[in-house]
Amino acid sequence: MAGDDRIQETVSAIYVAESRRVLATLIRLLGDFDSAEEASHEAFRAALEQWPREGVPANPRAWLVSAGRFKAIDQMRRLKRFDSLDAPGGETDVAVIDTAAWADPESVEDDRLRLVFTCCHPSLAADAQVALTLREVCGLTTEEIARAFLTPAPTLAQRIVRAKAKIRDARIPYQVPEPAELPERLDAVLRVIYLVFNEGYSASSGASLTRHELSSEAIRLGRLLVDLLPEPEAQGLLALMLLQESRRAARTTAAGELILLDDQDRSLWDRAMIDEGTRLVDRAFSDAQVGPYAIQAAIAAVHAGAATPAETDWAEIVGLYDVLARADASPVIELNRAVAVAMRDGPAAGLGIIETILGRGDLVDYRPAHAARAELCSRLGRTADARASYARALALTRQEPERRYIEKRLAELTEGKR
Amino acid sequence: MKYLCLVYLEEDKLHAVPDRECQACGDGFRKSGLLVAAEALQPVQTAATVRVRNGKLSVIDGPFAETKEQLAGFYLIEARDLNDAIQIAGRIPPAREGSIEVRPVRQLEP
Repeated sequence: MAGDDRIQETVSAIYVAESRRVLATLIRLLGDFDSAEEASHEAFRAALEQWPREGVPANPRAWLVSAGRFKAIDQMRRLKRFDSLDAPGGETDVAVIDTAAWADPESVEDDRLRLVFTCCHPSLAADAQVALTLREVCGLTTEEIARAFLTPAPTLAQRIVRAKAKIRDARIPYQVPEPAELPERLDAVLRVIYLVFNEGYSASSGASLTRHELSSEAIRLGRLLVDLLPEPEAQGLLALMLLQESRRAARTTAAGELILLDDQDRSLWDRAMIDEGTRLVDRAFSDAQVGPYAIQAAIAAVHAGAATPAETDWAEIVGLYDVLARADASPVIELNRAVAVAMRDGPAAGLGIIETILGRGDLVDYRPAHAARAELCSRLGRTADARASYARALALTRQEPERRYIEKRLAELTEGKR
Repeated sequence: MKYLCLVYLEEDKLHAVPDRECQACGDGFRKSGLLVAAEALQPVQTAATVRVRNGKLSVIDGPFAETKEQLAGFYLIEARDLNDAIQIAGRIPPAREGSIEVRPVRQLEP
């Protein structure tokens, strides 16, 4: 009995460590997500039955893949026999068990990468890519994903079913893209991972500012990608996520109020994450071509390297924003650069840039643009302008803690503080 | 597997790509064994829409959808999978002016 318990624990541990790998390989062998999922469940069920009698096999993963494959073939045969009783017999589809090939760590890791690229295929809708990746690559349940994205579970389940149907019907191949397609396809994967991270780091709506599990999942995905495919931008994204995540404990009060970077208790920042992130930035920057994620991570690393806000190297940050604007020009990057310029050269210099952006008609509905304008105006003593911009920012925010923060700033301006 | 690549173009760009370039593209596909069929279409103003309701045939002009892009032609291709089809569609010249919708062909049930 005690032995059985121990085997159960072993199977659970192997499930946590290996179930995603087993699934990824079964999808390749069976060519279908649903059969592979069912086969994987069957394989773990068989392990619970057989391992107490026969002992845990030397290579559990290969055993599970092989068991899953046999279960699936059995199932297909049963269906076939059911479909056409009079069909001529003699199909010889029980393949030789090539356990060695399944156990080969390299081909197994390739399967995981195939799974990532298939789930993040650009022909799938963006929300379907996210849902499918969390479901198939991370192994989250549909209910967990639905909760994290504040989406009804049936809607989410439907999204996943449709995505799988599209993979089957449009024949989206289970493969790692060719080198020529890789940069674009990798972008899509990185976008999905960063979306998951941001959803967890700064929830776009709702009362809770952080939904921690999603950020942890995204970081786990980022690590997996860096292990499988050490491209500089994959390293850059992982670095960026780690450096942002390192500030989690410092960025909200116990009551859930937002604390801005300047006011954060830097002793709460996670040093291990900062060190790992900074090392990854260095690695990404040793490549000839530096991409947007690596540059953003470098900016975050400069912040992380300053013991106090006053010690921040704003000149370095402005320089990095210049590089970023060349790699990936956008009004949002211009806005962030303007804030850095304000820190380096004074509020008037930054405000000038922001007003140019808004004057062009860009970012007029972008809450951070108005919040930044309000902040700089208030530093310059232009209270009426500051109040107008905070009011505009307030109208645009959908997030509770942010709303409370802006209201507090508005009240301070009215009382004549600052 | 067969994929239908539908070429969509805004009306004022229907002739933005020279005919001989589209012809050359089709010829290239045919030589590589990728092409099942390809045709360019007259503008949508020449179209008729046919319906049968209660056994009665009705015809109207159009279709005039709200969108500015209209169906300008098609390539029916043979591809290994969607990635392959996407790569082939990317070589269709009007892709740089308008857009190509890539649709897998469905086998009719017997």
